[in-house]
Amino acid sequence: MGMTVAEKILARATGQVAVHVGDVVEPRVDLAMSHENAALVINQFVEIFQGTGLPVRLWDPGRVAIVFDHRVPAESPKTATNQKKVRAFVTDAGIVRFHDVRGDEGGICHQILPENGYVRPGAVVVGTDSHTTSHGALGALAFGIGATEMASVWALGRVLNLEVPATIRVHVAGAFQPFVGPKDLILHLVGLLGAEGANFKVIEFHGPTIAAMPTSGRLTICNMTVEAGATSGIVPADAETERYLREEAGVSEAPVHVVPDPDAQYTREISLDVSDLPPQVACPHAVDNVKPIDAVRGVPVDQIVIGSCTNGRLDDLEAAARILADKKVARRTRLLVFPASGRIYRQAIELGYVAALASAGAVVMNSGCGPCLGVHEGALADGDVALSTTNRNFNGRMGNPKSEVYLCSPAVAAASAITGVITDPREGRH
Amino acid sequence: MAKVVLKLGDDVSTDIIYPGRFMATVLPSETSQYAFADLNDFNTKLKSGAIAPGSVIVAGRNFGCGSSREQAASCLKAPGLVVVARAFARIFLQNSINLGLATIICPTIEATEGDELTITRTEVVNETAGRHFVIVPLPAARQAIIEAGGLIPYTRQILIAAHRR
Repeated sequence: MGMTVAEKILARATGQVAVHVGDVVEPRVDLAMSHENAALVINQFVEIFQGTGLPVRLWDPGRVAIVFDHRVPAESPKTATNQKKVRAFVTDAGIVRFHDVRGDEGGICHQILPENGYVRPGAVVVGTDSHTTSHGALGALAFGIGATEMASVWALGRVLNLEVPATIRVHVAGAFQPFVGPKDLILHLVGLLGAEGANFKVIEFHGPTIAAMPTSGRLTICNMTVEAGATSGIVPADAETERYLREEAGVSEAPVHVVPDPDAQYTREISLDVSDLPPQVACPHAVDNVKPIDAVRGVPVDQIVIGSCTNGRLDDLEAAARILADKKVARRTRLLVFPASGRIYRQAIELGYVAALASAGAVVMNSGCGPCLGVHEGALADGDVALSTTNRNFNGRMGNPKSEVYLCSPAVAAASAITGVITDPREGRH
Repeated sequence: MAKVVLKLGDDVSTDIIYPGRFMATVLPSETSQYAFADLNDFNTKLKSGAIAPGSVIVAGRNFGCGSSREQAASCLKAPGLVVVARAFARIFLQNSINLGLATIICPTIEATEGDELTITRTEVVNETAGRHFVIVPLPAARQAIIEAGGLIPYTRQILIAAHRR
């Protein structure tokens, strides 16, 4: 019986010829990522060793990455103290892949890992963040875990008692219309599957649309597979993956290509054609409450956010800058932009995107998660409506349960910033 | 018997269980003060100690969807709450097992606030409604972690065993 990409990766990571859905495996981990919640991982990690007489030691400091992004710069003394504790641990433990609050090396973990070449095709990547699914964009099996599970990985270097997940195969064909792209595809797919539709399952992407999609877009679609409950999203490595690793991530060695067997078993197969797909919007208060833009066109918005691990990459900022060039953000709304990493921020400055956005009235913030999870850098008032390129719109997600959040692409966000109401970016541009 | 103290629907996210703005609080001994922080009545009752350990939250499908934040499990574990849901989201269920939060998968459960439940190994009995609902066992792969009392003692056992070899 053939294997899916997830099965092949798990077979390799457990030294077996083959594994199949339902097998219980303990794969070795190639990369273990945490952000500020490393503060909790450290507590749990130390507790594991209590009473054992064994030294408190990471299984492999070279395979641990820590990236500060959720609350940068620290929004409170409590966070600052957590970050200080993590810095001390990083130094003591000899962790080199540490990305502090810096404009040169810092950024959002789900951009920092790929752009630094930490993620390789065929790897097992775990992260204490649900959007760790992003890294499947490079052909890795990447999934989110909790802090205690990460502490166990730090100690043992493997994930314990993992059931090999079933895979949903998604085939995507067709060329996107202008101003429609990967975000619209993944919103449409999440709407189709529902919030639980891929729970405990992997989504494997195939087809000409995926083949033609740059890694930045693949990161966007894999990022949001977790919004359908998926364990992982995977784009099998191909020529584009090689290009990205070589040109953008500075990886010289040729990657392994893990592709599914022709007779791999899938739990469900979905075929999509994006040729006629209009811009998609997820409406309050559920990510799977997805509608074509016509259904929400004209809804007034108080704050617009462009950025995040989903849509803060260079092509996202470019799309927004092109739409907003020589235009103005409507007086009734506020536009906040969060580049996904310091590197992207600097590239966006060099290419003039930051100037175009700021001249239009956007506030270009530091790289980080910003207001996505309702911590800081853009709180919403009671009754406010936000339109955001982030990935979640659950009630209270952006910090105020008396506000509403719509999710969309950078193009929809930028077009809506000009009008102050949800706007189809294709309007007047045909 | 255990009383149902909160009844919720499908797709309750970790942003509802433990809002992101409290994530800088990490210690399991401190997280319960923010459990369901935006459901003011329940949070107030929980903080005042008006909810007895062993009390039950009944929810629909996909309970705990969203973020991997472990506070969403630890904040319910500390006050001794039990979660009976029609189905759980993957990461939340895993975190709950790792921390020892009592989670019961009961695909047909029907109950309302104030109902008294008896939970056995195989079924949830809604004593108030006089109805029985079958429990789906937690994944077999997780039994060893459950039996060890959580992932920390389980990992500790493995470390010690590896060291002795």
